[in-house]
Amino acid sequence: MDAEAPAALPPPLAAGQVIDGFHLEEKLHVGGMAHLWRVTRPGVADDLPLIMKVPRIKGGEDPATIVSYEVEQMILPALSGPHVPRFIAKGDFTRQAYIVMERIPGDSLKPRLDQAPLALDEVIDIGQRVATALHELHRQHLVHLDIKPSNIMFRPDGSAVLVDFGLSRHDHLPDLLDEEFTLPMGTGPYMSPEQVQFVRNDPRSDLFALGVMLYHLTTGERPFGQPTSVRGLRRRLYIDPVPPRVLRADCPPWLQEVILRCLEVQPERRFQSAAQLALALQEPSQVPLTARAERSRQSGPVRRFKRWFFALGAEPAGNAGLDAGKQVSRSPIIMAAVDIEGAEEALLKALAETVRRLLLTEPEARLACVSVMRTARIGMDDLVDASGQSRHVKQLVGLKHWARPISKTLNLEDGRLTFHVLEAPDPAAAIVDYARRAQIDHIVMGARGNSALRRYLGSVSSQVVAQADCSVTVVRAAAPGADAAAS
Amino acid sequence: MKTAVLTDLHANREAVEAVLAHARAQGARRYAFLGDLVGYGPDPGWVLDLVRGQVRAGAVAVRGNHDAAVAHGSPPNMRADARNAAEWTRGSLTADQLQFLAALPLTEERGEVLYVHANAYAPAEWDYVQSRSEAVRSLQATARRVTFCGHMHEPKLFHLSGLGKAGEFTPTAGVPIPLLPHRQWLVIPGAVGQPRDGDPAACYALFDEEAWAVTYCRVPYDHDGTAAKMREAGLPQRLWERLVDGR
Repeated sequence: MDAEAPAALPPPLAAGQVIDGFHLEEKLHVGGMAHLWRVTRPGVADDLPLIMKVPRIKGGEDPATIVSYEVEQMILPALSGPHVPRFIAKGDFTRQAYIVMERIPGDSLKPRLDQAPLALDEVIDIGQRVATALHELHRQHLVHLDIKPSNIMFRPDGSAVLVDFGLSRHDHLPDLLDEEFTLPMGTGPYMSPEQVQFVRNDPRSDLFALGVMLYHLTTGERPFGQPTSVRGLRRRLYIDPVPPRVLRADCPPWLQEVILRCLEVQPERRFQSAAQLALALQEPSQVPLTARAERSRQSGPVRRFKRWFFALGAEPAGNAGLDAGKQVSRSPIIMAAVDIEGAEEALLKALAETVRRLLLTEPEARLACVSVMRTARIGMDDLVDASGQSRHVKQLVGLKHWARPISKTLNLEDGRLTFHVLEAPDPAAAIVDYARRAQIDHIVMGARGNSALRRYLGSVSSQVVAQADCSVTVVRAAAPGADAAAS
Repeated sequence: MKTAVLTDLHANREAVEAVLAHARAQGARRYAFLGDLVGYGPDPGWVLDLVRGQVRAGAVAVRGNHDAAVAHGSPPNMRADARNAAEWTRGSLTADQLQFLAALPLTEERGEVLYVHANAYAPAEWDYVQSRSEAVRSLQATARRVTFCGHMHEPKLFHLSGLGKAGEFTPTAGVPIPLLPHRQWLVIPGAVGQPRDGDPAACYALFDEEAWAVTYCRVPYDHDGTAAKMREAGLPQRLWERLVDGR
């Protein structure tokens, strides 16, 4: 067996060469860690464009390259879905090390970073797409740990694709990087404070990195500079960044709130899941503004000294048992779909009670209360009813009134409760679509009790149950005399 | 080709049957038995006949400390429970079965894989691989890329890189783990017949030699039935009680 690093360097690869059936067509890119080749696989009937990633082993004295390459070989085949390049094949170090994967066309986000500051709409849009992709990977038990523009690409349909899993950690696979190296692993400007302290199991580290990127895209500056020493990296434990609005006057308070929340030193003070961040970016009006939104300068020397003092030799809070899957599953987003205009009082009560019990068991959960305002399929609707009050506002008021007992008994603060009135011709489709976009984990909704009405209008809940990607709980109010009828 | 690796069967027929059925359904065509075929459990004769049949068909089987105690007599440092069970076992085996047990090898190598009950550095001393340092000692004692060992009843995976860095991992059942070629791996599947990690379901490992990947598996079985048999056979209470809570 070959337990040593390769003794002799393999001859450099050349276009036209064939490795395990893959034809090397053209060298696309030379990175610090790897060469990328465009390859084809004649005789295999699929038109998936492919790339081969070949590690640059510099004479066998380069453990970081070798191990992070092993990590990617191990992790990529375990991932699936639109937010990662599809894994095709791998070859090992004993012959020719490589990974063949789907080629994502186009550039990474890196060139856009060089053009920062960008238009705010674009920053927000990028943030949403990347957060959506991150949540999907966190659900697959992965913490990426190297989120930065050069590792983000986009499919033609706009969905973000995350690449390069050489520093990643998967809950269900051995972490080959754990304790392997004595320096923190990551990219200087983007590394979370806990990563600097060798914590590798917290998906909220990726939210910190995304926050760094959003800060940079918004302001054109790096929040923590580009440190090259461990000492420089540790500065982020006690020096907070210049608030984005100082650098860019048209950055709205809510966006500063979102970015600075991502950049909190303590993971507990950040968004608790990438889906929660994506939702905030989609619904700015629902972002609760705290002192972060109005902060206009960095903290002063006294506070900084205090933070520095406490950061000295500080160990990150005990989260030994944490992993991506656990963190994601304990921070779900629950959606209450409430037919605020049509439902009977008893059903609304039963729905509120079911939602309250669910939230009670999930202390980190968020609740999104949604109602659908039916609009005609064709033409403009009359949005103002007879009393002159906008139906939209009326529904919002009704929704808030409905949720009041829940938010009061459970003390839901800090943005854990949001309200959304959707305008759509088909309520079931609107609910399913919203749940998909907001990466909802669980929909709770009522079933129409009146069977004549259900026959006439069709059942919204059964359509949602059939079409939603997530769990759906359908609540029914006990009809008077139901016991007698049932027995 | 997939090999099902079973260890610490401990004469537990119900667990072995459930594991073999699961392994066949997963595509296993070969078998390896890492010792402690008997001891503790109520069906030593049945388990030995099964393993003997598999060995004739090409399976690997190695000797565990309980097998040695039954075949050659208990060592003085063996715990009273285990010693009583070993004596009970000896009394219920035929001469043929005892002879098969006595003839089991300590280690067996197939290609890049070493099979051993306790460890590779002193297989007859029965030292436990309890931590990374013992795992490293074992991996350094063999040139094989992958070692499968039993003895420890809890599933675990150790690895040693070419640079001498070792890591350990507690596996999740059902997830294939690639055993990358650039390092050595020590796979402890966990016990079939007496799991001790708090889950009473039987453990085994499925080794895919084409993909060079190992999947740790958990298979629930009728542990209450086995415990009832042990009680009827008069085996020590502590031994059948722990089957039920997997401790």
